[in-house]
Amino acid sequence: MTDTTASTASDASIGVLTESISPRRMALKRYMNNRAAVVSAVVLLVIVLFVALAPFTTRYGINESIYDAEEAPNQFLTPFGKAWFGTDGNGRDLYSRIIFGARVSLLIGLFTGLISVAIGTVVGAFAGLKGGRLDDLIMRMTDIALALPFLVVLVIARGVLENVSWATSVIGESTSVRFTVILLAVFGWMGVARLVRGQVKQLKEREFVEAARALGATTPRIMFRHLLPNAVGQIMVALTLAVVGAITAEATLSFFGWGPDAGSGMTSLGLLIRDSKKAVPPGYWWLVVFPGVFFVILSLCINFIGDGLRDAVDPKMQQEVK
Amino acid sequence: MLRYILRRLLWAIPTLLLVTFVVYCALRIATNPLASYARSNPRLAKQPAKMAQYIEVNGLWDGPGGYVRGYLKWLTGFVTGDWQPSIKGSRPVWPNLKDALVNSVRLGLVASAVGILVGLTLGVFAALRPGKLRDTVVNTGALIGFSVQPFISAVLLQLLLSVQWSKWFGEPLLPTSGMYPPGHKGFDLFLMLKYMAMPVIVVSIQSVAAYSRYMRASLLDVLSSDYLRTARAKGISERRVLVTHALRNALVPIVTLAALDIGLVVGGLIISEGVFEYPGMGMFFLTAQSNGDFPELMPWMVVITSSVIVFNLLADLAYAWLDPRIRLD
Repeated sequence: MTDTTASTASDASIGVLTESISPRRMALKRYMNNRAAVVSAVVLLVIVLFVALAPFTTRYGINESIYDAEEAPNQFLTPFGKAWFGTDGNGRDLYSRIIFGARVSLLIGLFTGLISVAIGTVVGAFAGLKGGRLDDLIMRMTDIALALPFLVVLVIARGVLENVSWATSVIGESTSVRFTVILLAVFGWMGVARLVRGQVKQLKEREFVEAARALGATTPRIMFRHLLPNAVGQIMVALTLAVVGAITAEATLSFFGWGPDAGSGMTSLGLLIRDSKKAVPPGYWWLVVFPGVFFVILSLCINFIGDGLRDAVDPKMQQEVK
Repeated sequence: MLRYILRRLLWAIPTLLLVTFVVYCALRIATNPLASYARSNPRLAKQPAKMAQYIEVNGLWDGPGGYVRGYLKWLTGFVTGDWQPSIKGSRPVWPNLKDALVNSVRLGLVASAVGILVGLTLGVFAALRPGKLRDTVVNTGALIGFSVQPFISAVLLQLLLSVQWSKWFGEPLLPTSGMYPPGHKGFDLFLMLKYMAMPVIVVSIQSVAAYSRYMRASLLDVLSSDYLRTARAKGISERRVLVTHALRNALVPIVTLAALDIGLVVGGLIISEGVFEYPGMGMFFLTAQSNGDFPELMPWMVVITSSVIVFNLLADLAYAWLDPRIRLD
């Protein structure tokens, strides 16, 4: 790396000897010292493994009831040996459905997060580096979009995308996963752009950028070789925020019936939580508790990881506390 | 100061016009008012003359020029108080909107008050012993609170406090939905609070989490400042150092955040209002949206956009007023 000197200098200034350890190793070390973040990473890894190995970890198919209808009644069974989390109104195993649902939710979260980060990083870095009128315009736009209630913005944008007929061939029907990913990414990049812009604005005043410019480096070179590598930590933090934001947004949209549709034989965490609403009045508690708690654990893990990453890549905050 | 306020207010007008124009176009495409009208009045839909009349009266012309003309027609109607009636039921929009606004502000203010008071207390409590057990507990609790989305806590609370509670103890502790029992007339503070309790808890879980983190960060920032060391060196009591010097300064950024937050309350409690069927602005939006009711959605959007703009201005003014180092110009 051409630019490690700057980071090591700041590490040295907080009183840590860094002759032989790279900043990345140091960040990793700080991350490993954060117990909650490590536990969360392990839990998330287990969840991802369960989801990735869905054919082996699930016990029944996604639309398969645990008994044949003639064999025994299979609707709304409380948790027991044959269905660990109980069954729903169609006699399907909730445990298996949570894994299948998490698969869709995690995919939506990951893809939306990656697209948002890609767009947000480019726009944010560009705005931060150039400044001036374009920067003002972009930031004013994101200000307004982020100031309005996000659900309203999403719902209206969904209605617009749904009714523009020529767009349907590209972004799919409004009930498809692709549509949801694109809808969420259209607004997801804004938060990332702000974070990256702030970081780039800070970094571009530093000496090593000035030095690079004095050596005749072109703007793209400064951006990709000097600014962005130094902002990688912040971008990772932004990615975790974008992923958890997308998973939450999918669940919120699905909860009100604006998300991807279950008719195509799939489900998502949001749809499971939507179904749980109907399970409240009759008191089928397992249908409410398991999807809800699973969702909270999932987003909690990603939030803890993001928090740990932030402390790891930006140790100044921590240092001030001690 | 006065000049600054005037200029910001003047700037708010073009911002509002621009946002409402974008919203007008988006809503025209998203809700397709003509189709909604045809759906609500199947008999009129068969008469082209009636539909053409509806288009002319409401300015629902097609094409880019038609949208601009339609927007101007809507705008003059809106400003002069000549609002289009709702598509569903053809009722005047303002009385319902006003009731929804009052209900939402009531719920929002109570929830914000609870969230701010509890959140700030926890934040101060954590910041006084940074890195110690209580700090970890508050911090972890805040992250958990962030992760408990309102729609999850809402169904869990309904299940626990209404359904299961009535199974265990005969009658529910708190009602599941509404603002009053069905058929209730008039004002009853106790009943209202009882019906408001669950929505308030659901909303404040997230705001307590947010405010405790803000307050902790802000107070820690102040506690490490030089002027606090000076205050201590002067020899005044630790209590006075904390209350008059540290807390007051730590609250400055919180006030702006609270102002922005309250600005969002006017339209932002959609999830909790939706789950608890509380007749506020969120419920108004959900109903109007599902009916594709364009004449109801436009004024709703104007109300929440103006509230966001006004509270943004208030936040900046409060910041400048509390922190004399900030100059507005």
